[in-house]
Amino acid sequence: MNPDAASLAIEQAARDSYSRLLAFLATRSRDVAAAEDALSDAFHAALEAWPRDGVPANPEAWLLTAARRRLIDVAEHNRVRAAAAPTLLAMADEAGEIAQEAARMHATFPDERLKLLFICAHPAIDETVRTPLMLQTVLGLDAARIASAFLVQPAAMGQRLSRAKTKIRDARIAFEIPGADELPPRLEAVLEAIYAAYGSGWDDVSGSDPRRKGLSTEAIGLGRLLLQLLPGEAEAEGLLALMLHCEARRDARRTADGAYVPLSEQDVARWSPEYMAEAEALLHAASQRGRIGRFQLEAAIQSVHAQRAATGRTDWESIALFYEGLVRHAPTLGALVGRAAVVAEARGAEAGWSLLSAIPAEDVKSYQSYWALAAHLLKRLNRIDESRAAYTRAIGLCEDEAARKFLSAAKP
Amino acid sequence: MHYTLLFYFDGQGFSGRKDPETQKKYQDVWRPYRTALEEAGVVVAGGGLDAPGTARHLRVREGKTHVQDGPYPETKEQLGGFIVIDVPTLDAALDWAARCPIAAHGCVEVRPEIIANPCS
Repeated sequence: MNPDAASLAIEQAARDSYSRLLAFLATRSRDVAAAEDALSDAFHAALEAWPRDGVPANPEAWLLTAARRRLIDVAEHNRVRAAAAPTLLAMADEAGEIAQEAARMHATFPDERLKLLFICAHPAIDETVRTPLMLQTVLGLDAARIASAFLVQPAAMGQRLSRAKTKIRDARIAFEIPGADELPPRLEAVLEAIYAAYGSGWDDVSGSDPRRKGLSTEAIGLGRLLLQLLPGEAEAEGLLALMLHCEARRDARRTADGAYVPLSEQDVARWSPEYMAEAEALLHAASQRGRIGRFQLEAAIQSVHAQRAATGRTDWESIALFYEGLVRHAPTLGALVGRAAVVAEARGAEAGWSLLSAIPAEDVKSYQSYWALAAHLLKRLNRIDESRAAYTRAIGLCEDEAARKFLSAAKP
Repeated sequence: MHYTLLFYFDGQGFSGRKDPETQKKYQDVWRPYRTALEEAGVVVAGGGLDAPGTARHLRVREGKTHVQDGPYPETKEQLGGFIVIDVPTLDAALDWAARCPIAAHGCVEVRPEIIANPCS
């Protein structure tokens, strides 16, 4: 057996099957951490066995059997004290049967990843750990990588993730797809967690959140997966359309030497027509379903911006209307600041400023987008001293070098 | 909770801050950062430090005082300033560290104060 072929097969199994295997094991053991350990041992065993014995005919079934064996070992080891042991054993038996069945029929096992997504964004799970939990369990990203995207130390992220898994196990949170009456709020939490991984800020000021840049591809992957598991869900279509529209502009956000380019000055020739077309098709499909929501509205705003590629102009009045809807649906700080920016374009700086200055000062003390827009509008209103002070705040709150340079150059 | 943000500069960073030609470039980014911290009401103390070559080290050994120049360090990045901030969590301290202009060139170290402060 060629060792390279074996490690390629293991890599491919890790990429294609990890989250499905984990979701299957976790759904039955109701213990995400134990399922992860068992699966990790199974992959280790594969690293030893496959180069020696050859890649099995059904790698997934092989991994499932190995993980099951490991879960039985753990269950027997813990039997004296753990009340969960019978559940683990029953689950391991079921996994074994399915693995055998799969091996026999060359069939595959049920995809339980939707349940895993809902568990990660369960109301009992702390909001700040939902996205990291999703990235780890559904995409298999390691804690260190997730930690740097969320600006915490790897050890602390590891602890938060394991606390969340302990909670899922000890509180016996059900791995299930919520019923129709419960679905909208539960789905909203899943969508929020995926969007947090994408990390798009207010597109006009600082582009996407510099911390999360590395996760945008992963977030789009999660968005695609969710839509595959919940076909025809309008808000899932809206979220994917939104992320694709933002992603289409990735290359246009910086000049060749790395300088920041605001949305209104971006060269539309550098926007990706493929991403925009896909986003438009999704948004069109979503709009046919008659269930408007926050992510469809956000995607619609980006869609109007995208039309500049065809028409050469931006229809600010349409964008302002979508923002009205958005602020009614989800009056987040980002939406309030975004609306003020758009109203300033559509109806003048004075109108924009009166919306912006109505946001409570306490809420925006450290909110960079607010200060960047305040600086820009006050400059347009010729209130130079106030504008300079706002630029200072905006520059001081920047995390992104290119945006800092852009604001320093614009400061009067 | 007090956290100290320690700013590490390279040699160019030290000379650039004192050179009248390039000073403004530093002030243009450092002053806003300091202003943002102050407006958020989190600053306890802080200051910029001159290059390590300007330092004096003092030790008292067996009743005798020894003063030495230096150090003249070999590592690339050296402590060039600090700000003590009062924020509720390490996450909040790291948020402020990420906004620091030196984060893109040098390094920011974030240290929590020990809980039982022997100095106070």
